[in-house]
Amino acid sequence: MLNRKDLLGTADLSKEEILSVIDLAEQYSNENIKNVNNTRILKNMTQINLFFENSTRTQVSFEIAGTKLGTNIVNFPLKNSSQSKGETLLDLASTLNSMFPDILVIRHPKSGAVQLISEKVKCSVINAGDGNHEHPTQALLDAQTIRKRLGRISGLKIAICGDIAHSRVARSNIFCLKTLGNKIRVVGPKTLIPKGIENLGVEVTHNMFDGLQDIDVVMVLRLQKERMDGGFFSSEREYFHYYGLDERKMQYANPNAIIMHPGPMNRGIEIDGDLADDINRSVITKQVEVGLAIRMAVLDLLTRRHPLREKCQEH
Amino acid sequence: MSRALTFINALLIDPATSEQAFGSLTMESGFITRINGPTKGTVIDCQKACLAPGIVDLGVHIGEPGERHKESFRSASLAAASGGITSMVTFPNTLPTIDNPELLEFFINRSKESSIVRILPAAAITKNCKGKEICELGFLQDKGAVAFTNGLRCIKDLKIFLKALTYAASLELPYIGHCQDYFLSKGTSATSGSFATQMGLPSAPIESEKICLERDASLAEISGIHYHASQITTELSLETIKNLKSKGKKITAGTSIHHLIFDEKDIGNYRTFFKINPPLRSKSDKEVLLQTISDDSIDTISSFHLPQDEESKRLPYELAASGAIGLQTLLPAGLKLVQEGYLDLPKLFKKISLNPSKLVNSKCGKLAEGCPADLVIFNPNVPFVLDRFSLLSKAKNTPFDGYKLCGKVLRTFVNGIEVYNCGH
Repeated sequence: MLNRKDLLGTADLSKEEILSVIDLAEQYSNENIKNVNNTRILKNMTQINLFFENSTRTQVSFEIAGTKLGTNIVNFPLKNSSQSKGETLLDLASTLNSMFPDILVIRHPKSGAVQLISEKVKCSVINAGDGNHEHPTQALLDAQTIRKRLGRISGLKIAICGDIAHSRVARSNIFCLKTLGNKIRVVGPKTLIPKGIENLGVEVTHNMFDGLQDIDVVMVLRLQKERMDGGFFSSEREYFHYYGLDERKMQYANPNAIIMHPGPMNRGIEIDGDLADDINRSVITKQVEVGLAIRMAVLDLLTRRHPLREKCQEH
Repeated sequence: MSRALTFINALLIDPATSEQAFGSLTMESGFITRINGPTKGTVIDCQKACLAPGIVDLGVHIGEPGERHKESFRSASLAAASGGITSMVTFPNTLPTIDNPELLEFFINRSKESSIVRILPAAAITKNCKGKEICELGFLQDKGAVAFTNGLRCIKDLKIFLKALTYAASLELPYIGHCQDYFLSKGTSATSGSFATQMGLPSAPIESEKICLERDASLAEISGIHYHASQITTELSLETIKNLKSKGKKITAGTSIHHLIFDEKDIGNYRTFFKINPPLRSKSDKEVLLQTISDDSIDTISSFHLPQDEESKRLPYELAASGAIGLQTLLPAGLKLVQEGYLDLPKLFKKISLNPSKLVNSKCGKLAEGCPADLVIFNPNVPFVLDRFSLLSKAKNTPFDGYKLCGKVLRTFVNGIEVYNCGH
């Protein structure tokens, strides 16, 4: 069960809540393969996708997740919209509120913006990424991918590598995987490791060889050049040499270690192309598949108490 | 105004002598004429309430000209009077900037029409506070500027800054500096550390304050100006100030009451009323400031009153405007520090009244014969829960909403005239 109206982050999720999402996603994952029709589950519900920041995979994933559960989906057009005419975020929130949506899926380039909207609307809000803050469904899908592949999701050693500073995926993963009882190490150049991150209960190292020692899961993050205002690293070739995941560095990890990446990948910058495609170790495409099931599970669990569903169950 | 008035049975708090004792005070024609002498004129029994020199608040932002929807001379001065503030040293970063004598004259005339407390304007040192061209500092002084400042902006070009300070030094007015390095603090809204990291907020290291302070202090020394660092908020820069003072440099320092009461954890889930400039610091920085607040490292405590309308605060944290109002909460928050034992009442008034007065060469801030009768009478023991909508400022952006405070202003006098009476 998710005993909450909104899913804004993983920082305040309990272990039970995380496992309930993952367990249900497991079920959806299997049903998706068998082409089970689940469109009655969220029938007649309205889901609005509100993406203030460009996204392809997450938006499409939420869209298909909603479709598979039978929601009516509206992709709110933000280009040429009232936002570009100067409407404030909260005015937009109250406008949307008056249209009685049941679920809002929001991505915004500024940390905390999704929470701000969630405080003003009555329906459930799912954070699809806010600034450098959180991206909870990514962390949940990562946890499930790990469990699927390694058979457990606790007591593991997990390295998160690269651009931690600009990564909401890193933050959500740290909170989620810590709660589940794993050891986390963050690895990256000092400029991309934000100050005080060790107080979130992670180990910090600036050397990939040390960082990957005895690791079960290697999470590689995208270098978020669009969020950088200069001076975080010298050149892409130097970055790849010291921090890009390649065969040489991978030797230091456990022989059975898996490789993850939230996508989209910059091949030859943070990850070697061949490693990314190595189906024995890389689970990158699996992550996308699991992502769909996780989002279905989140949509389902957040709306369990919705009146439309109670009606459905009566019939 | 010529009518004499004697307050009896008052706890007189004199920051100049660091003493507090029950006694009487007589004022006449706008001046304090006698302490503990025979009563003269109308007698007012203070019933053991405190009587102190009125507060001189440094770095007040008034929305005039340009942003009267946020604050006006009228609303700000009503708020000030009810908060025991009798002089506001205003900042020039208005719309347009107070950077020329004509505008300063207009500003002063508007204040005379509308303000019930004293307005002591600081003028811009560079045009539009852009740090590129020096203002007509002599003319500005002639029109009544009491200090120069560049508002909340750091001057990037050291050559221009040095010239400006040197020119100002010859006029013998102080410079009030905002110590936050331009490049390190640009685009940030929090202090680097675990909190900013967890919340994903762009942040500046605390060194931003120290580096700018050291830089400014060096230039100030070359120029010979009296430099006042308006907001020292970290242990690092506090050490720098102590060091500079121990070497006898012509430097003074202040801090904001908000940095003494709150720390970054109070921001919680992106509460934008806690977004101020410089940003709130760690708990340990706040504790260090509090532990040293009773010594002479920090000279002034101010509210840095900066009104912002609801629209500019109801935004994602990074995009929200920074600043908090503080005219009516400076005294109660200061009294909280007294109750918690960090400093005594005369020390508090030294930092909120006497020292800011001295900085801008005003004769206020003392309970002494011949000094202006700018006075506040208050009861420090009345508890209340602050409701932001009860405040008199037009903008209601206070971090103290719902906060338990103590202390009630009973009456405020400016130049011997009653400007606030809680019974009316």
